[in-house]
Amino acid sequence: MSSGTYRPEPLLPLTYCQSEPHPPAPPPLVDRGCFNWLRRNLFPNWRQSLLSILIFSLLAGTAWHLARFLLVDAVWWGDTGEACRPSDGRPVGACWAFIADRYKYFIYGSYPLDQRWRVNTFFIAGGLGLAYLLWPRAPFRRLGLTLVIVALPLTGFIFLSGWDAVGLPDVPTNLWGGLMVTIVVAAVGIATALPVGILLALGRRSHLVIVRWLSIGLIELPRGVPLVTVLFMANTMLPLFLPTGLNPDKLVRALVGITFFAAAYLAEIIRGGLQAIPRGQYEAASALGLGYWKTMVLIILPQALKVAVPNIVSINIGLFKDTSLLLIVGIFDFLSTIETARIDPRWAAPTISTTGYAFAAVVYFSFCFGMSRYGALIERRLSRDHGR
Amino acid sequence: MKVRIYSAALAALTMAITPNWGSAHESSTLAKVRARGELICGVGTGLAGFALPDSDGNWQGLDTDYCRALAAAAIGDARKVKFVPLTAKDRFAAIQAGQVDVLARTTTWTLSRDTANGLDFRAVDFYDGQGFLVRADSGLTSAAELDGASICLTQGSTAELNTSDYFRAKGMKYKPVTFATSSETVKAYESGRCDSYSNDSSALYGERRRMAEPDKHVVLPEIVSREPLAIGVLQGDSQWSDLTAWLHFALLIAEDNGITRDNVETYLTSENPEIRRLLGVEGNVGELLGVNKDWALRAIRAVGNYGEMYDRNLGSGSPLKIPRGLNALWSKGGLQYAPPLR
Repeated sequence: MSSGTYRPEPLLPLTYCQSEPHPPAPPPLVDRGCFNWLRRNLFPNWRQSLLSILIFSLLAGTAWHLARFLLVDAVWWGDTGEACRPSDGRPVGACWAFIADRYKYFIYGSYPLDQRWRVNTFFIAGGLGLAYLLWPRAPFRRLGLTLVIVALPLTGFIFLSGWDAVGLPDVPTNLWGGLMVTIVVAAVGIATALPVGILLALGRRSHLVIVRWLSIGLIELPRGVPLVTVLFMANTMLPLFLPTGLNPDKLVRALVGITFFAAAYLAEIIRGGLQAIPRGQYEAASALGLGYWKTMVLIILPQALKVAVPNIVSINIGLFKDTSLLLIVGIFDFLSTIETARIDPRWAAPTISTTGYAFAAVVYFSFCFGMSRYGALIERRLSRDHGR
Repeated sequence: MKVRIYSAALAALTMAITPNWGSAHESSTLAKVRARGELICGVGTGLAGFALPDSDGNWQGLDTDYCRALAAAAIGDARKVKFVPLTAKDRFAAIQAGQVDVLARTTTWTLSRDTANGLDFRAVDFYDGQGFLVRADSGLTSAAELDGASICLTQGSTAELNTSDYFRAKGMKYKPVTFATSSETVKAYESGRCDSYSNDSSALYGERRRMAEPDKHVVLPEIVSREPLAIGVLQGDSQWSDLTAWLHFALLIAEDNGITRDNVETYLTSENPEIRRLLGVEGNVGELLGVNKDWALRAIRAVGNYGEMYDRNLGSGSPLKIPRGLNALWSKGGLQYAPPLR
């Protein structure tokens, strides 16, 4: 056996886990049709089936009770609470007659009767503006966007509060109320909070120290306290610090409070969007010779805002709902008008409160859901390139 | 030299921009109201019978009617009122900051509010107090029969404290059943959890009406606590507090003499000296108060006498149907009493 020759080790016999091919699986079950879908998703085994049946019977029971209360047993006509009082064993559901009697108060509050056309005009203008925003190929879109989102709420506020120079009598804001206040506050809040939020976000990333510290303060201060505190501060404390006679309008004070509160949150959301923009975008803009503002307005913000849209919409929905806190400072928003109407002794009946709250829920939901759908639409339009 | 010029300029600038803290007390409230041509009246954010907007958004209630009467007396026009709804927490800050001229907001007159909160109370427009609601078929006719009863109460309310005091003073026992909110408390009572429900009597009548069968519940006649709801004004302006007090007295005197909104004109020729002074036909009562001669006449024309105000908003003419009780005139066994107008 010479050591110089190479001898391979003898090969081990090949072994397989399975010596024969696996028998072909049966073709997949026909997975179409309503019945199969139900079986696959709701009744795959006995435990899940039981759970499904339990949940569905609960849902059906709730739905039936809700339908009975809201529709079947509901009282649709009547002039006073007596109509909605249970008599001779007949159950009484929602008292829609109460809503029908008071709906004007829920919309206009105490706005003077002969001036309510102004509120209607504002609503119609707002409706037209929204329709315009939903129309993708509308002419002058860019200009229109600014007009509807920024100019309309602000001119609307002036239009509603009055301007003697153009012959619109003053309607002090203590007479405002109802849905109108909720919409005006939310619209003005959104219109002013977004630009303020953008400026604060840019300020927080600024290299100028004072601007940066100021922005940080304006962001962290409102974020550090609940909105109720901000409103209290604006309403109760501020007048004590100001000289007597200088009494800024109650609604304006609350509006400023709400705007700063929303702007602080928006600023952080937009800052998140700004941080998502890769450095190359800034460098490319510099290479093209764009200055700070041109870089921001033309290159960075359009991309950053696009990233931030879902959160911006969330904040705006939150702002709409937060308007119900205005009652604490004595402003009658939509929910407060329901609160005050439901204690009216003329409409005293057991189900009045529930009816009022049910109505409020429907109205709030339709507005918030509408805003959410509109946000989703904007997202789809903006994200064509990314397809996400 | 230069330094002095600068510091003088700085002082002048500071003077110019520093708020004028004292200005609230420099001119009287009455003068301010008359100059403004509008009375700013702090009311509640919605309380049946006292201040509540109707379907057109007009404020209705005893408190708001009082403000209309005050506007009529001070300015001459009952429509010149701006109602500012105030929450319970807001109300004292609002009057201290001069945001409202008068507080007609179901505010109980207490010692600390009269002193520490810097308010003055002169006119009690409603004597409220805690009462008990029981089922009519229980056969109870007096709170003294409530020994051993279970009583539904709202946690942390003054009603909870008052009930405890009342039963201790009477040497009786009771079983408190407490809930977090007043609506829960009422529901629990209605569903039979307790024999009685206790709250301010003005609230009891409103809550009873919201029950499924209001006729099956009665409010016992006893009032076991003192809650004088008074008109509040800022301390230190006696001219203004005099007017708020005497307006209330004038409306009481009008009721005592049978002067109403509809028949007030016929009394202008009355020979009764007090009526002649009240309506400004003779004497200088208005002048003493700093308002026009016909101040009370205008107030009565606007809202009627105290009894009319009560009936319309709380009493038999309203859905609440709260009996006059303590709020009857002194001549009818109540507490509403007016000093002589001369």
